[in-house]
Amino acid sequence: MEKEVTPYVDQWEKDHIVPREVWKKMGDEKFLCPALSSEYGGIGGDFLHSTIVIEEISRTNHSGLAAPLHNDIVIPYIEAYASEDQKKKYLPGCVSGDIITAIAMTEPDAGSDLASMTTTAEEDGDHIVINGSKTFITNGINSDLVIVAAKDPEEKNPHQALSLYFVETGTPGFEKGRQLVKMGLYSQDTSELFFSKCRIPRENRIGEAGSGFIMLMEKLQQERLVVAIMAVSAAECILERTIPFCRTTIVSGKPLSKSQAVQFALVELAAEVKIGRTFLDKLIADHMEGRRIIIETSMAKYWTTDMVTRVADRCVDLFGEYGIMEACPAIRAWRDVRIMSIFAGTNEIMKQIAGKFMGF
Amino acid sequence: MFELSRSQKEIQKAARDFAKGEFDKEVTLELEEKREYPEAVWKKAADLGFIGIQFAEDYSGGGLGVLDGCLIAEELCRKDSTMGMAITFSGIGSEAVFRFADNGLKEAFLPKVAEGEMLSGIAFSESSYGLDVSSIQTTAVPEGDHLVISGKKTNVLNGGSAGFYVVLAKTGVDDDPAKSLSMVLVEGDRDGIGVTDSGEKLGLNMMKTAELSFQDVKVPVANLVGKEGRGLSQADRFSNEIRILLAAQALGIAQGALDRAISYVKQREQFNRKLAQFQITRHKIAEMATKVELSRLITYKAAVGFDSGKPDAALISMAKMSSARMAVQVADEAIQLFGGYGYMKEQEVERYYRDAKLTELLFGNRGLQSDIIGEAVIGKVK
Repeated sequence: MEKEVTPYVDQWEKDHIVPREVWKKMGDEKFLCPALSSEYGGIGGDFLHSTIVIEEISRTNHSGLAAPLHNDIVIPYIEAYASEDQKKKYLPGCVSGDIITAIAMTEPDAGSDLASMTTTAEEDGDHIVINGSKTFITNGINSDLVIVAAKDPEEKNPHQALSLYFVETGTPGFEKGRQLVKMGLYSQDTSELFFSKCRIPRENRIGEAGSGFIMLMEKLQQERLVVAIMAVSAAECILERTIPFCRTTIVSGKPLSKSQAVQFALVELAAEVKIGRTFLDKLIADHMEGRRIIIETSMAKYWTTDMVTRVADRCVDLFGEYGIMEACPAIRAWRDVRIMSIFAGTNEIMKQIAGKFMGF
Repeated sequence: MFELSRSQKEIQKAARDFAKGEFDKEVTLELEEKREYPEAVWKKAADLGFIGIQFAEDYSGGGLGVLDGCLIAEELCRKDSTMGMAITFSGIGSEAVFRFADNGLKEAFLPKVAEGEMLSGIAFSESSYGLDVSSIQTTAVPEGDHLVISGKKTNVLNGGSAGFYVVLAKTGVDDDPAKSLSMVLVEGDRDGIGVTDSGEKLGLNMMKTAELSFQDVKVPVANLVGKEGRGLSQADRFSNEIRILLAAQALGIAQGALDRAISYVKQREQFNRKLAQFQITRHKIAEMATKVELSRLITYKAAVGFDSGKPDAALISMAKMSSARMAVQVADEAIQLFGGYGYMKEQEVERYYRDAKLTELLFGNRGLQSDIIGEAVIGKVK
């Protein structure tokens, strides 16, 4: 990361995209799909390998290279539910960096209420025809392969209507929309996707028809854990940049870090980060043991993302007026972490889920 | 006690109508992108008397008070946090000229600011962290009829664009800054001023910020603002006036974020209901509305105190600190209520959040405000 990523992030933030070549380099170094079985060309590691990749990307002071989404959110669907033919077709490219993936669930009118999505997938002979639009899609512009969630318009029960489909970039009827201009994550190619009579082969459906919802429910535990890892890592990095500033900045004749209020603030922030890290490490271990930790991962997702927003905000304050400058080491992170309490399910939804499973 | 007077309500309405008619989101986004000042809107604001409302009418001002200035700042920032801040900061520094300078300087510069012909700036800080009076090294050395200024200043708003800067410099030899600092007005086109762009900011990019270097810049002794050696006490009083402005900007930003959040949750539907129908939504809005009320009360009280001739520095710092903090919190919650759309520049609430953060960082973060308030409230300790 220090060699191939960190020196270039400022430029990528200006360009509003991470060049495709970086994904290839990631693939060359075996940093893509590290938890995937080795028969597809990867290292055949486990979730800890994934965690390391996430944490090292956090240190680069940018969030555009969404390899964690690809590695730990999209690929698990393929590994768990795709047919052997589908896996052989796509996974080697996902490992090498030749195929960049995205997953398209959210729509302009279906965010938290995923079941109300209106993108349809209708069977037509040997094909399936997809119509609809998706938004806020990470890796939207760079992606070669998108897993699209769409509904059978004939099925009345929304929870049985959903299926997941592979749609390749370049398929007629599949258009990529403009890149979305955001508060942060400047180098992330988040975009809208449009499907207009997009015909894909029937073989592109993943798993059984109507099983989309079950698949999403099973895989979302890991997605939430991934976000919690990102949040805790980001908080650790922000604090790591703020402490030296406090040590070296002299105000009224003494370093900021000698001011009692600054000391207490840093300790409080470090305590929150440590608590987050401790909870997270326990959940990573539980997850790797195959435990069902829906309540805990929902709690972790909301708590750690609220925490990193608090930490970022307080750290910016410690920089004083320097905090008004983009050049301030904590500013990009302040802008980038704000999305974490919203994506991968809003924190309100996390509380709703935890509450439901706690029996309320 | 809690009602505005009729003329105050008229000013409030006039500012609201102006913002509604003249502010355009697309224009703001474009100017932010290009880092260009909203000249056209600024000039219109000046024509309608919204700039320099606190100056005496002799100087093209409105002859009114800081509270009236607050009402304007609140309405403008409510409609557009960035445009509102840019316009109400157009003459930053001119307040010091009005309060402390002699007639000559006032006549020469204040009308130009009030009439929308000249921007101004302040050059106090020498560290990007903020003002540290014990380490000011910029000097203003007397040489015959002139003062010769040498040094470097950071974080200058309107740096490079201002017609004049109010510079805090050492004119005396005393180690104690309370005795050796003075305020000097330096025209922007004097020889020897170097401008280095400070780059992009967290927000308010339509206002330039720069580092200024002064290399033997000569100004007439008549450019001294106020009394020689009284620079620090003048800077403190000036900071009070600006902190009230920041509190009012923050208040407007918070109200504007709340307005947008309420509007959104009333129309956005998920799970077959409007977001506004969920209890949690109502509770969030309740907290936001409470914060806006608190912010309004303390800001107006601080402004009224200032206008009565007895500015309460502790109350002013309380207003700035709490108003700014609450604006950040309200805008933060507004983003959350907008969901994914809250993160998009298109929806504006993220810009309110960034601009609110600026009001927290400018003129002293919460640590500094707490120092001021704590010392004042506790009083002398033997």
